[in-house]
Formats: sequence, C-alpha cells, structure tokens
Amino acid sequence: MVEKLAHLSRLRFNDAEKEEIKNDLQRMIAFVEKLNELDLDGVEPLLHMSDEVNVLREDEIKGSISREEALKNAPLHDEHFFKVTKVIKNPKS
Amino acid sequence: MSEINSYEIVIGLEVHAQLLTKSKLFCGDSIAFGAEPNTHVSPITLAHPGTLPKMNKKAIEFAVRMGLACHCEIEQHNYFARKNYFYPDLPKGYQVSQHTTPICKGGIVTIKTASGNKNIRLNRIHMEEDAGKSLHDVDADNTCIDYNRAGTPLLEIVTEPDIRSADEAFAYVSEIRKLVRYLEICDGNMEEGSLRCDANVSVRKKGEIKLGTRVEVKNLNSIRNVKRAIEFEAKRLTGLLEKGEPVIQQTRSFDADNGTTFAIRDKEDADDYRYFADPDLTPFQLDDHFIETIRSAIPALPDERIKKYIEQYKLPEYDAQVLTEEKEVSDYFEKIVQHTSNYKAASNWLLGPVKSWLNENAKEISDFPLQPEKLAALIKLVDSGKVNFSVASTRLFSYVLNDPSKDPEKIAKEQNLVQQSDTSVLEPVIDRVLEKYADKVAEYKKGKKGLLSLFVGEVMKQSKGQADPKITSEMILKKLSA
Repeated sequence: MVEKLAHLSRLRFNDAEKEEIKNDLQRMIAFVEKLNELDLDGVEPLLHMSDEVNVLREDEIKGSISREEALKNAPLHDEHFFKVTKVIKNPKS
Repeated sequence: MSEINSYEIVIGLEVHAQLLTKSKLFCGDSIAFGAEPNTHVSPITLAHPGTLPKMNKKAIEFAVRMGLACHCEIEQHNYFARKNYFYPDLPKGYQVSQHTTPICKGGIVTIKTASGNKNIRLNRIHMEEDAGKSLHDVDADNTCIDYNRAGTPLLEIVTEPDIRSADEAFAYVSEIRKLVRYLEICDGNMEEGSLRCDANVSVRKKGEIKLGTRVEVKNLNSIRNVKRAIEFEAKRLTGLLEKGEPVIQQTRSFDADNGTTFAIRDKEDADDYRYFADPDLTPFQLDDHFIETIRSAIPALPDERIKKYIEQYKLPEYDAQVLTEEKEVSDYFEKIVQHTSNYKAASNWLLGPVKSWLNENAKEISDFPLQPEKLAALIKLVDSGKVNFSVASTRLFSYVLNDPSKDPEKIAKEQNLVQQSDTSVLEPVIDRVLEKYADKVAEYKKGKKGLLSLFVGEVMKQSKGQADPKITSEMILKKLSA
C-alpha cells in the first residue's frame, strides 16, 4: 500500500520512513472510518465547500504572462521551452 | 479466407474536438494555433500555487450545442473532477475532466453506410482540458515542453462499441467532423490536431456475445488514417486469434508512413487515476431555459438541409449530399438561391466550375472572390439565352473572376461573349461553312447525319463561340433538308 502510493506520487522512502507513513496512514483511515458510524442514506456527497454554483467567466483573452516570466522559475529551461529529462527513450531516429 | 469472414470487428471511437473558444477552459490564455512556444500561458495554466481556475461559459454552450445535435440527454447538475497522473505536459499533476459526470449522456449519430443509414449510439460527451505538448527532437538530452495547448477546452465524444468496420469508422468520423463544423464549435482540422481520434478495436468470433480483448490505437491524424489503422489492426488481431495466440490489452500508435501500428504501452496494471471532485471549481447547473435558448440557436444541420434541397428545390439526392458536405458551400448555395430560382443551375455552377476553380487554386469557398449574387447573375445570363453555358462557365467565368465587382452582363458585352441568335447575322456564316464543306454536305445528304455536329462546330468556331448553338443547328437542318 505504502509502496503503491509512493509510486503514484513519484516519491521514494527508506524503510524507517515507510514504517512511519504506514502508521500515519492507519491513523488517517481510522479517523475517516468514524464516518461509517453515521447513517448517510440519501445524503448527497458534498462537492464544494461553498454553496456557490455557476461561477463562470466570459470567453475573453486576458491574464497571460510573458514567456520570460513563465520560464523564470523553471529549474531547467532555455529561452523557448521548459525542459525535463527525456521521457521517451528512442525518439524516431 | 472463409475463416477470416467468421470474425467480427468491434470498434468504439473516442473523438476529441478542440472547441472554437477564444480562451482556455479555466483561464484567459488564447488558444490560437501556431503561436511561439510558451507565449499563451498564465500562472493558472502553469499551475502556480494559489491560483484559482474559472470556468469558460462559452465552452458549456458549445458542449450543450453538440449534445442537442446528437440527441443526448443534457446533465443539469455538473461538476469537474481531477484525474490524477504525472506527466511533464500536465503542469498540475492532474487533468480536469468531466470523466465521471459527463454533460451529455447517450445520444445517437446517424452515419451512411453501403447498406443504408445506421445509428451509432453515443455513450457520452464530456468536457476536459488538453495537455501541453512534448517535443522530443529539439534537444538531444531533454524533452522540451510547450504549455500553450495546456488548458485548451476539448469535447470528448465517446461511442458505444457499435461500429463494425473501418468504413463505418470512416463514415462516423466524417459525420462528426461535419457536425462540429456546422455547429461552429470546432474547426475540424485534423492535421492541426483540432479533431483527434482514438480507436478501441477488438475482434471476436461471429455470434460470440463477449467482447474480445481490445487495443487502443492513438495518433490518428486524418480520417483516412482512422480507416487504415483499423484495417491493419483488424487483420493483426484476426491473425492472432487464427493462430490461437492471446491478444494483449495495450495502447498502440499508428505509423502513417507504412500503415502499421506499434505498441506504446501495455495496460497490464490498470491505471489508478483517483478521480475526485475539483475543490477549486464550483459545480455548475444548467436550467431548462438555458438549454432551450441554445437549442433555438442551432443552425440547420446537414440532414435538414438535404431534405429541403430535395423536397423544396427538387435537386437530385446526389447534389443535395455534395452541397451539404461543407457548411460554407451549403451557406453559399443558400445565398445564390436568394437571387435565382433556378436551383439546379445554382447547384451545377457550384459543383462544376466553382468547385474546379477551388480545386485548381487549392482554395476554400470562403476565399472564392465572387459574391453569390454575381453567380446568380451568370445563371440569369445563361437562362435568358444571352450567353451559352459553355462560354459562361469558361471564358466569361474567368473574366468575371478577374473583376469580381463588375456586372457579369457588362463584361459579357465588352468581351463580345453575348450569344448571336440573330438569324440574319448567322445566315451568311452558315452559308460560308456549307460552301466550304460542300463534299461533306453531299455525304450528309447521302445519309451521314452525324456530320451535323461538324457544321455546327465550324459555325461556332467562325463566330468565335458567339453563335447560339441551338438556333444554328436548327438553321443548318432547315437548309440541308431544303
């Protein structure tokens, strides 16, 4: 379970950390299980914390930033692109 | 070979249509194609902490428009969910999608097959955001990412597994493309990726109820390639079953260069996307009034127009079909017939000289320089007998195209293209021709009646195409039988 979650989150833990996370997870599950004590028949799941609906915007172009600003905080970039470690091994040669 | 025929191909298609909004689904970046990389991005697109997405109203309207055109049930209570996975082209680490609660449910798309109309049932139509673009060949050591496309609104249109052949798949995608263009919600450009198609293909023995193991084929960037990929996959899967080899559930990509598919990933362990309602976006609700407003604004769709062209304008079914292939052509046709009631002539002009001109110049009807009323004027010139059709559709047509604002009749007069039907002018020309071909006249009188066309042709030539061929031929006949 811990390993699966770690993989899904792209995180790596050593054995001591795994043990600690396992305990944390168990506590969380126990906490959430308290909900099972309630009769929730006919109760719709809460989708949003406020009662607001239809918070919509008009289809207008605004809010873009410059490329320079966009790339500024990226750990790896050139003047055009964000860069990451190659995600496919053999691009069509 | 008989063995092959005992298998049945089962296909379900997922079409992604990029909506023709100006801005993205949840923020105001432009979605225009072809911009410099990373210039249509905002802190929301880049998933910076503390940013709050806000839903584009237009996208909802477009989704409902498509749903109504496909006879879907429209969901009135909607929310967006997060589909969680890691990939560099997905800045947030999740895609916002209506995967779990689609805005349109069910529905039908009617396609034309060799054996008549067939209804393809839709499973759903839902909205979602597009990912960015990864470029693997720009830099030798790294993958480059362009986030311009990230957050672009898409409609995903999903069929039930009702499609049974590559030809049906071809017809279905053609129909969807036609629909989204008529509805003006997507430009349908498959090369630029505004319309994309993934195919789920499986093969089973005929009569078998259980579906075979399916493969998903991606990267189908033209309607023709949808057909080619399915043809290839059907053969490959049938071959595997024939040999008794198992089909592996996997995702494959189509290689358009050699018409084959290759595996890009196995789907052995099911993806775990951990969907949940996006807390950053409020739910949205559609009332009956909103839905009816959209319904009333839907333009006449192809089937409706075909019916009108056949029943009201008395056009052959073929004409009606071809005229409605593209909305712009159909719109142009409707404008011509506001100025003339010779519907068949309007159709002939559009499907004949106009279409050839567009093909020769690699242009679309939107680039056609002639206003519909000018084309109607050309039709009137022919109908009134002032210019014959062959001259009108060739020489006069090209003069008019060179000077599109001028009255075609004026041009016809200036260029001496007005037809000569005055017998007193034609008579001496005919006499000259019959004199010149005295030997042929003798042959004609001995019974070689086919020579008539030679005489008419010669008169046409000598009058520089201005002689009215009908009157000319009548006059010659009269003279020869005298």
